[in-house]
Amino acid sequence: MLTQIITFLIFVAVIGCILYGRRLIKTEKVDAVFGNPERALGGTHWVIVGSSFLLLIWLYYSWDIAKGFYPKSANELCQVAKVNDSLLGLKYQFPIEEREFKSTSQIKKENKNLNLILNEIQASQEIDNQQKTVLVGFINKTSQLIPLLTNEDLIENETKQKINDITGKINLLTENFQKPDYPFETEQELNERLKAVSEEGGWGIVKVQSGTGSIENTMEVPLIPATDRGLKFHTAAQELNLISDEFFKLRNHNPQFKNQIKQLKDDIKSYRKDLSDSEEVASTYAKNIVKIARRIEFASIYPPNALNKMQNAIIKFDNAQIKAQGGLRFIDILLFPAGTIVASGPSCSEQGSGRWLPKPSDTFNKFILMSKPSVGYKDIPLLWIDMVDVSKMIGFILPDWIADILPGEYPVHTKDGIVKENFKGNVLKVVTGDFKLFKVPVPYGHIWDSFLRVFLGLVFGIIIGVPLGLFMGLNRFAKGFFDPLIELYRPVPPLAWAPLIISVLGIDNTGKVFLLFMVSLSIMIISARAGASGTQLSKIHAAHSLGASKRQILRHVIFPNSLPEILTGIRVAVGMCWGTLVAAEFLAGTTGIGFVENVAKKYFQYEVIWITIFIMGMLGLLFDITLRKIIDKTIPWRGKG
Amino acid sequence: MSDLISQNLNMIFKTPKGETVHALKDLNFTLKKGELLTVLGPSGCGKTTLLNITAGFIRPTSGVITLNNKEIDGPGVERGMVFQQGALFEWLTVAENVNFGLRMKKEDPIQTAKKVDEWLEIVGLQGFGNTPTYQLSGGMQQRVALARCLINDPDLILMDEPLGALDALTREKMQSLVLKIWKETGKTIILITHSVEEALLLGERLYVMAPRPGRIHKEYNLPFASMGLKEDLREIKKNKDFSAKREEILEMIWNMEEEIMGKDI
Repeated sequence: MLTQIITFLIFVAVIGCILYGRRLIKTEKVDAVFGNPERALGGTHWVIVGSSFLLLIWLYYSWDIAKGFYPKSANELCQVAKVNDSLLGLKYQFPIEEREFKSTSQIKKENKNLNLILNEIQASQEIDNQQKTVLVGFINKTSQLIPLLTNEDLIENETKQKINDITGKINLLTENFQKPDYPFETEQELNERLKAVSEEGGWGIVKVQSGTGSIENTMEVPLIPATDRGLKFHTAAQELNLISDEFFKLRNHNPQFKNQIKQLKDDIKSYRKDLSDSEEVASTYAKNIVKIARRIEFASIYPPNALNKMQNAIIKFDNAQIKAQGGLRFIDILLFPAGTIVASGPSCSEQGSGRWLPKPSDTFNKFILMSKPSVGYKDIPLLWIDMVDVSKMIGFILPDWIADILPGEYPVHTKDGIVKENFKGNVLKVVTGDFKLFKVPVPYGHIWDSFLRVFLGLVFGIIIGVPLGLFMGLNRFAKGFFDPLIELYRPVPPLAWAPLIISVLGIDNTGKVFLLFMVSLSIMIISARAGASGTQLSKIHAAHSLGASKRQILRHVIFPNSLPEILTGIRVAVGMCWGTLVAAEFLAGTTGIGFVENVAKKYFQYEVIWITIFIMGMLGLLFDITLRKIIDKTIPWRGKG
Repeated sequence: MSDLISQNLNMIFKTPKGETVHALKDLNFTLKKGELLTVLGPSGCGKTTLLNITAGFIRPTSGVITLNNKEIDGPGVERGMVFQQGALFEWLTVAENVNFGLRMKKEDPIQTAKKVDEWLEIVGLQGFGNTPTYQLSGGMQQRVALARCLINDPDLILMDEPLGALDALTREKMQSLVLKIWKETGKTIILITHSVEEALLLGERLYVMAPRPGRIHKEYNLPFASMGLKEDLREIKKNKDFSAKREEILEMIWNMEEEIMGKDI
């Protein structure tokens, strides 16, 4: 329903904006020549058109429009696909969708193979003339097998009868198929089928297994025919399967052919037995000839006109089923772009853009579902708040040895099994956080974990990198001493460090924060250094002659002067850290947005993958906008000095 | 004896290519308290080097320069400096720039604020205290620079082409301001300039320097600065004496340039 409304609104918006834009062009006075950037200003209506188009393309190519307007089309197309799948083998025997008869192409292929072997044998240096004669004899005999199959006079009556049977069955199916009440379903069958349909659910429904907290894959395409038209195709497909099986069991082997091939096989077998070990080449050729003979044996090769009636019957059925599809065909062509529903065996699936491009409606539903703290992903919410006692934080911050260094001993239990606390024991309780204070909300979840890692890595990088960078920009010793260290690790792509750091420091936060620290450190050092060494000499001179001390110059002149570079560095570092983090979470970990995407990838949960991509984009954008705001606030003089 | 005395001042630079440049050679001069000296010369004659040595930013290769009988061996508050441009701290407001020196000395903030107001009034910037400096025009920025230097009450003020980047009109106003401040405070001032007119107008004394090696080519004692205190500066420019001096010095500088660059056809 929502999809329909949105689609409608998009069309209205696009048309409205285009009309508005055209009117604007007509009424606007020409105040800027071509090339004047003023001509690119404004244009909110084109923004609407642009985003509408993006959304429309998403809706269209994810087949969400099809789902919104024709929710049952996928189920029906699945039944049609089943028919096509069953018909496929039979159709391939004839020049219906192929260029030539299957028999013709098989004969062409095997003749070509025989010729190849013949040429090879005749050109071979390793076998003598006598053996060449024998092998050429085998080849001739093999090629003589083909006319035995294609001769109309030789085909057995039994085979002819069976072909007629199959043709009759197809014709009967066609006849029945065209009847409106086919497949003559009883009341009870109907009820059972409808019950199964409702249990199976609709196209792209999200199922949640209650209790486990995990999200199942969306049902791609419901299999059980939900409509009468669908049932028709479903039943026809089942019957076609039987017919097709019957046909492919059939062999056009008349007695002459059977004798000939048996003799050929025996001859080659005895010939190979008599060959010595040194004549392996000849033996291999003989083996290859037998292989071709066997392929001829099992290919469904028939005389040219033997299957004409059957071909007509198949074409007739095909036309009938295309006709029965009716409007469904146009839905398939128009609303299932870049692919369609495909059946293989009993199951149906989306093949094409609808498969990897999740439907906006499904994605939205799944996102809402995943946002619920009780669902989340892998039992961890995306972002939620946990009430944590302040004592836990105090216990985390205070080191435990505070209690150890106090005089006295820890309490020992008495003979009655009672432990009486003393002062030292009580202090231990405080420093380990084993007491109750009051609870404060603390965020947690995948998004928070990723955010915290970036934040911590960045903060450590800034705290260490900025002073070090300033120092390196001002002091020869610092520059010389630290430069080799920085230049040694900086050019290495951060992800190259990831496996090492993760194996040394663990897959949890420590490793990732350290990795991000490394990323941000080098960027912060380089930008702070550039800022420090880029301070105009006249400013330094002015500060000197105003009586500022070294420390004051650093604090009041060099630091504020480097601030633009430092802040730009932070902006770059955030981007780099964000990219590195997600990749590091791919490598190993148990939480984080990258981890979610990595797991979703393993289970082909395209919706979840797109949701994570979206979340990452939004968070990246959020970081950047925040930093841009900070930069505008803190260094308004940038570029104006 | 609060004079600036230079004795056999020599400055030799080494360029990255390994050539030696004799920026100053055997510079001897004495500047009495309260004198306004302008230094003029073609580019590369060591004007700025002289100023930087006087300010204490660089050390001379040989020779001694003393202020109040004390050898100059580093930057100090008693020698204030005004730069051409870009030396203001653009992250601070006008008042914060002006009180920078006093803040660094951790003087009483109330006293400081009073002084800042006084000086802003003298340089004609009353009411601009809270304006960020990057919003000021070039002339106003130089006024701030002047106030920032003067609030420290230095014995000697060094000006390195302070009006070089200003437009003609603002420049004339600023020249009057410099003269006014010189008269009111009685400070010793060294002012470096590219403009012959400015050097003649402002200089009680004028050194024309010559390049390669940098040296004082000619020395003048001029009446125009004291005239400028009473008269309109434009009137002085019409003075015959003034024009004659200007032509003489221009000729001199032209000759120097030709010596260096070769004669243009």
